[in-house]
Amino acid sequence: MTAVPAAESTAADPLLRVEGLQVHFPIKRGVFFDRTVGHVRAVDGVDLSITRGSTYGLVGESGCGKSTLGRAVLRLVEPTAGRVFFDGTDVASLQGEPLRTIRRRMQMVFQDPLGSLDPRQNVESLLAEPLHAHGLGGGKEGIAQRIRTLLDSVGLPSAALRRYPHEFSGGQRQRIGIARAISLEPDLLIADEPVSALDVSVQAQVVNLLEELQERLGLTYLVIAHDLAVVKHISDVVGVMYLGSLVEQAPSDVLYAEPLHPYSRALMSAVPVPDPVVEESRERILLAGDLPSPANPPSGCRFHTRCPWRQETRCDDEVPVLRELGPAHLVSCHWAEEIRDGVLRPRSAEEVAATMGVSVRPTGVADIESDALVQGVDQPIERT
Amino acid sequence: MTIVELPPHGDDRTGRPVLEVDELTVTFARKGEQPTHAVDGVSFSVAPGETVGLVGESGCGKSVTSLAIMGLLPRRGVQVGGSVRFDGHELLGASDRTLRRMRGADMAMVFQDPLSSLNPTVPIGTQVTEVLFEHREMSRKEAVDEATRLLDRVGIPDPARRLKEYPHQLSGGMRQRALIAMALACSPRLLIADEPTTALDVTIQAQILELLRELVVDSGTALVMITHDLGVVAGLCDRVHVMYAGRIIESADRHDLFARPRQPYTGGLLASVPRLDGARGVPLHPIRGSARDVIPWTEGCAFAPRCDNAQDDCLTEVAGSTVPLELDGPGRELRCRHPLEYPRSPAGATASGAAR
Repeated sequence: MTAVPAAESTAADPLLRVEGLQVHFPIKRGVFFDRTVGHVRAVDGVDLSITRGSTYGLVGESGCGKSTLGRAVLRLVEPTAGRVFFDGTDVASLQGEPLRTIRRRMQMVFQDPLGSLDPRQNVESLLAEPLHAHGLGGGKEGIAQRIRTLLDSVGLPSAALRRYPHEFSGGQRQRIGIARAISLEPDLLIADEPVSALDVSVQAQVVNLLEELQERLGLTYLVIAHDLAVVKHISDVVGVMYLGSLVEQAPSDVLYAEPLHPYSRALMSAVPVPDPVVEESRERILLAGDLPSPANPPSGCRFHTRCPWRQETRCDDEVPVLRELGPAHLVSCHWAEEIRDGVLRPRSAEEVAATMGVSVRPTGVADIESDALVQGVDQPIERT
Repeated sequence: MTIVELPPHGDDRTGRPVLEVDELTVTFARKGEQPTHAVDGVSFSVAPGETVGLVGESGCGKSVTSLAIMGLLPRRGVQVGGSVRFDGHELLGASDRTLRRMRGADMAMVFQDPLSSLNPTVPIGTQVTEVLFEHREMSRKEAVDEATRLLDRVGIPDPARRLKEYPHQLSGGMRQRALIAMALACSPRLLIADEPTTALDVTIQAQILELLRELVVDSGTALVMITHDLGVVAGLCDRVHVMYAGRIIESADRHDLFARPRQPYTGGLLASVPRLDGARGVPLHPIRGSARDVIPWTEGCAFAPRCDNAQDDCLTEVAGSTVPLELDGPGRELRCRHPLEYPRSPAGATASGAAR
């Protein structure tokens, strides 16, 4: 092996450790010569580690780089800088055969179950292919036997073997995708939006299946999703991403009980809860405007253009680092303590918009005294 | 004032509902194939200032219902039956000219995918002013001013510049805002929003929902909200109709519906979504099977194959009639022979507890 030899792993070791990972995509212009005019900083310096047998949930809005991060871990896109240690081996420096071998132990479940299955392969051939490719399963009978067990474990009938992806419903297709991913008995499973393409009643089936498999096979998950409720449900540790970097990371319960970063707060408060009583009383923080372009991210704290708590000093020009503010609770905000203790007051989205040249119609701006901007959000706004 | 305080049945206060849909059926027929009953006897009404939600999974007929109301379904191979009355005027069978005059002016629609509902080759400004030329007969200058005002109203920054831009230059949230601006151009009395926030991120979704909520309160527009997201319904709708396989299976006031869902399907939907404010580690209770496992309504209850409460009489037809939509307490209707029961006092039941 070309890489660092795999150290004898202990249970306390994290299975996956990502250090300063960066993925930049060049922006090319020009007719005759491809000039690189800039970079899209999809992932810009992310550190995280996942312990064995746990689930790490990565949330963020579209365009924040969470999918790119998942792909970079598997080397499906090449990282620009940084290191990815999987079980002590630096994946980012592997080439050729060792890389192929280590990929057996890291598998991926994709978002679009139809798009990620070859429409011209039946289920048997879809599931046998990874086994053939890695020389596993032991001959024809062995593979056939193994595929049957696989189908059984994801809850599909063995009659499915001869059928093609288009004959299945969305939930069943996702089960096939999961069966294919676990067919090589991986240690790490990266699930990129595993349920977002599915109907509500079917989502729960797939979530339950993922949990059951984790328990039975001792899998480690990196779950990437935009649905905060789903991520909260299945993750032990949750990381919140904004414009290519982690802004907060905490154990799931802690994060949802007390989000400390302004962006996490806004994100949590934007998720509608299926309960009218909660909906009417819940605090809501409306953000101003849209996600800035990752090709030209804001200076200093990247969230400062939309942040209701932005201060005159530090936010605009000083990049905040992840600091530990509680047990395993990392936050990258200069003013996290002050915001938590209510020393700083949020400003309305309208004010943020006015100073930043973007605009949004906010709610409940009458009472800025309240920590959460909004009390009785269902009230209409006074219009002039 | 909140929109909640409006009575659930606006029609008994303000007189006439804006929209009355009565026994609407839509059948898709193809040569040599069994006709598909996409919508099968749907009835509801919407009063001014009221928000009505149509909830269901993909394929339950909610979008087809909205297209049928607007008269946007193709003529060929589609049979639309029943009655749709806007302000007392029958829309089904009305001439194209009449419909064209009403669409955009009196009733408007916001579609799910803002990119594919905007013309990619035409600047936003032209698309917004087109409505104003057509229905409000404005001069060019007036129309541009009005369009600027509209874009500003829906919260698009720097509207004068945006008018000259093309749809691909706007972000998803801004495109949806532009679509809403077009829908609002003539202050319609009825707005149909078909999954307006599904393609958007949660923080943008919150902005758009706020905009719609404000619109209903300010201008008394009747809003039909079509969505699969129960969270959106809980915060926005006064009255909720749950659809399954082309029929309404439960309708109720939103507080009643979420506190005590009676149809096992509604209960199952509520139990299967993880909640942000719920406890962790509680297993979800999914509904068995998928929306494909339906039986035709003529053979019993379409949901019976997936239902935990199903008994023999759900699957076989009793007395030659399909499971009827019956009154179930004040302001509630239910289509089920074995609904979920609540032995506990209704006041003590929370939505999470009630849904098993």
